[in-house]
Amino acid sequence: MSQRVIASTAKKARKLSAEEIAEIEHEMTLYPDKKAVGLEALKIVQKSQGWVSDESLLGIAKYLDIPVADLEGVATFFNLVYREPVGKNVILFCDSVSCWIMGCESVKGHIKQQLDIDYGQTTEDGDFTLIPVPCLGDCDRAPVMMVGPDLHRNLTPEKIDSIISDYKNKQG
Amino acid sequence: MAKIVIDGVEYEVNPDNNLLQECLSQGLDLPYFCWHPSMGSVGACRQCAVKQYRDEDDKEGMLVMACMTPASDGAIISLEDEQAKSFRSDVIESLMISHPHDCPVCEEGGECHLQDMTQMSGHNYRRYDKKKRTHRNQYLGPFINHEMNRCITCYRCVRYYDDYAGGTDLSAQASHHHVYFGRHEEGVLESEFSGNLVEVCPTGVFTDKAFSQHYSRKWDLQTAPSVCVGCSVGCNTAPGERYGTLRRIVNRYNSEVNGYFLCDRGRFGFDYVNSRERLLEPVKRVDNTGELLADDEIKAVIKEFSREGTIGIGSPRASNESNFALKTMVGDENFFAGYSDSESESMAAVLTLASDKAFHSPSVRKIEEADAVLILGEDVTNVAPRIALALRQSVRNKAMDLASESRIPQWQDAAVRELAQHERSPLSILSPAVSRLDDIAADRVIESLPALVAMGHQIANKISGSAPAATSPEHDAVAEKIAAQLKGAKRPLIVAGSSNGSELIKAAANIARALHEDGEDAAIDLCLLVPEVNSIGMGLMAAEENSLGVALDKLSSGAAKRVIVLENDLYRRAAKSQVDSALDKAEKVLVLDQVTTATTAKADVILPVTAFSEHEATYINYEGRAQLSFQVHQCQKMAQPAWRWISDAAHIDDLVERCCSEAPGFAKLRDVLPGENPFIAGMKVPRQSHRYSGRTAMIANVNVHEPKQMEDKESIMSFSMEGISAQKDPSIMASPWAPKWNSNQSISKFQDEVNGELKQGHVGSLLFEKTASGSYFDVPAVAAQPSGKQLHLALSYQIFGSDELSARAEPIRERMTDAYVGICPEDAQSRGLAQGDVATITPTGAPVVVCIRTGVKPGTALLYCGDANISPAEFTGLLEIEKSAAQATSRGISSLIVSDFQEEEI
Ligand code: SF4
Ligand code: SF4
Ligand code: FES
Repeated sequence: MSQRVIASTAKKARKLSAEEIAEIEHEMTLYPDKKAVGLEALKIVQKSQGWVSDESLLGIAKYLDIPVADLEGVATFFNLVYREPVGKNVILFCDSVSCWIMGCESVKGHIKQQLDIDYGQTTEDGDFTLIPVPCLGDCDRAPVMMVGPDLHRNLTPEKIDSIISDYKNKQG
Repeated sequence: MAKIVIDGVEYEVNPDNNLLQECLSQGLDLPYFCWHPSMGSVGACRQCAVKQYRDEDDKEGMLVMACMTPASDGAIISLEDEQAKSFRSDVIESLMISHPHDCPVCEEGGECHLQDMTQMSGHNYRRYDKKKRTHRNQYLGPFINHEMNRCITCYRCVRYYDDYAGGTDLSAQASHHHVYFGRHEEGVLESEFSGNLVEVCPTGVFTDKAFSQHYSRKWDLQTAPSVCVGCSVGCNTAPGERYGTLRRIVNRYNSEVNGYFLCDRGRFGFDYVNSRERLLEPVKRVDNTGELLADDEIKAVIKEFSREGTIGIGSPRASNESNFALKTMVGDENFFAGYSDSESESMAAVLTLASDKAFHSPSVRKIEEADAVLILGEDVTNVAPRIALALRQSVRNKAMDLASESRIPQWQDAAVRELAQHERSPLSILSPAVSRLDDIAADRVIESLPALVAMGHQIANKISGSAPAATSPEHDAVAEKIAAQLKGAKRPLIVAGSSNGSELIKAAANIARALHEDGEDAAIDLCLLVPEVNSIGMGLMAAEENSLGVALDKLSSGAAKRVIVLENDLYRRAAKSQVDSALDKAEKVLVLDQVTTATTAKADVILPVTAFSEHEATYINYEGRAQLSFQVHQCQKMAQPAWRWISDAAHIDDLVERCCSEAPGFAKLRDVLPGENPFIAGMKVPRQSHRYSGRTAMIANVNVHEPKQMEDKESIMSFSMEGISAQKDPSIMASPWAPKWNSNQSISKFQDEVNGELKQGHVGSLLFEKTASGSYFDVPAVAAQPSGKQLHLALSYQIFGSDELSARAEPIRERMTDAYVGICPEDAQSRGLAQGDVATITPTGAPVVVCIRTGVKPGTALLYCGDANISPAEFTGLLEIEKSAAQATSRGISSLIVSDFQEEEI
């Protein structure tokens, strides 16, 4: 039984899966305080679910016995914790200084045109979500972007076309 | 003491403080946002920058944050330095980039710390002309509005709500320029102290929602120093009135009692004063309808009730003066207590202990100083809410000690919290169910009430062998631990109260006495809570044997013919059958009250009584502190203070004087009356601010002639804006104001130092004299055990609902639940009860909602009587619950906020 109110809400918590729990339990052995595991738990759930729904957020808060408001503070602080559903592939597009100097604007324009989405949006078929990031640490090969776990360098509009179709084909 | 130089002038300061605090203590103006006198410094806003110089030869100096720099001996600083000034004005400019500048429609306007600081730091022209970021606001319940666009990201709200008040549902979210302060989703703010956000937030993000409904600027409110009548703590308040209605209540600083904070019952529970349920005319019953009484008829009634054969029943929610007037009218032997017989027993114990040299009844501030606390059976958050907030601060004393050891100043808030992590001074809670303080408790024992009594005695006996022994074998180890913690503490504190009879009070007293013996005779802090604003005052006046039961018997048996009931609904105090038979038998019943009740329905004559804001009065709080509450506004109709109907006293001062000399225990009551000094050159203290607007036009829709200002012949205050402003005498100051300081932060101009007493101020007068040396109470005989389907009974209280008058206020009603029984899942299952079912309780057969809670002791039922006309006095010790076919109301128990509400499995 908790000693505090975790959340007063009409929503129901999602029961975490056995795998999620196992991973969270492992993290708990690494920190002295359950509250500190919050961020790792969010990442674990996002890995398995693709994003963190309100129900998942509640599930984690209850499992860790921390107020859901605190966990939401953590979740919303990091823009790579997704609190909305995202596409199968998340494009993290760098539009910081080096990439800008190297002409990322036209690359970005091309992506937007090809996928018909703007920052923060997901394609209708659910394949791609486009999100800006400030610097991926690979400035000497700017412009760069990540798609899922892969880094793509020295981008040009032409390269974009092949990258997009590669990912589409990969999914079959 | 240390010496520092500020802009060439030498000041004596306390080196344990920071520079900002010392500048303010010295009366200087230095802008700040994130610092708050009760919460220390985090250095987040960068608004308090000053120039500090290494020594006299240093002409360059460097910018430091005053709130993050100790006021160490020899420090040389400048507030006036050009670089410091321009830094401060740049900081505020950037803080305000996205601020909407909507002061004309903002409810903070006119008492806004942001307005004041903007003016003070000289950012008076807006250069930014780009798009501003905007936020979506949330619904936060009936108390608080949310307007996030006004936020300047000072973090005070979450530091107050989470860190100070222990709330869990308000957090800082997102990052950089869209940092957001709100709940994880829309919904009622859960903390019982959420209203303080209105005063803590330096801008108009969190404002008073009930006030919005009939808003007025601060300077247009008529106000006076008042005392909250919500419970026995007696927090100091400043109610504001306009156009004849009470508009809002804000905190009024009292260094010993409430400091800077109120609870939500006190802040939002007043609008019964404006309600249609108010009694406003003297009436007599004629064939079951009310008929207006003429003046001579009233005189005749009073004469009739002055005759032999009349008894008077006092009231714990009425002033000392009204109780005293009634007592004088009917005679000492005919004046009876106006609370339940169980409470009479408790009060007898409380008053005996009050004069005992072994104990000290701690003020709220002293409660914050405790370094080991035991709460025995009392639900502090729901009975005396402000004290729960103080207990939250007490557990931080461990952190303060750790900080001192590491040479970290106590005002370094973030550092001290980081250092201490979960280290807290021990607080142990022994109760029949989980409570809202559990998250800070080191030990928590959930037991039936008789078992808690036994455990209390066991702890006492472990502290000192001379205390009578009792055993509760399952809890021996915790009892041992708690005893050791209390013994080892520098300032231990025992908290109990009258919520569930006198035995818990006696057990708590034995623990304190054992500590007293053990601790070389130092008086031990024993905080005994009673339910109502003047429970103690009335308790002192009624003879111990004159309980309510005796009064009702006298009426039923015909030994008394007439009864005067003072501001009281007897149906809340005694069993219905008992009250019915007494009032039916009585030849004549005179009721004086503010609102209609079940008792006024039985009256032959009703005399209307003014509400707390409509009269001057004194009350005595749980620690025996007498306080004076001034009249704020006039009652528009015919209500009068009760004492005025029934006594010939011309003035409350006369009654106070007589009370001092005639009523035992009240000798020091006169100390609370204002002295002569406010009458400077014969002028009174205005209740209206010097900016009060529209005075000549306010009633122009009725009459274009400007009426003469209403005179107040009795008080030292006037219903006017003329006179000697209260700013000259903080002892009668309702709302602080100083040049450049329009917000409540101006209070620092009136404190002898930050967080200190008000200059010339008055913290009330402590009435109890320590004259007696008592002895241990005996361990009670084993209580009746439940048989068959019975459960142990524990009365339960709710901050929103248990207090009779505030439960009639609209915002409070929105937070109330129906009457319920709280039982554990096993007890529910064995009775075939599900969450939200309706059940009936014996002996009364009253319907209550079933509330299944995992944190209730199996075999115990919590009973919350609410506003359902169930008198707690109907029940003794044991209870039976039967499933009923009735449907729950739409209100039900959905707004109950507890941590152990049983939910479906996830
Ligand atoms: S909401 Fe108010 S208190 Fe909270 S950070 Fe914003 S301005 Fe400060
Ligand atoms: S704690 Fe009691 S006296 Fe203080 S504000 Fe709340 S109800 Fe009023
Ligand atoms: S008040 Fe000093 S930094 Fe905010």
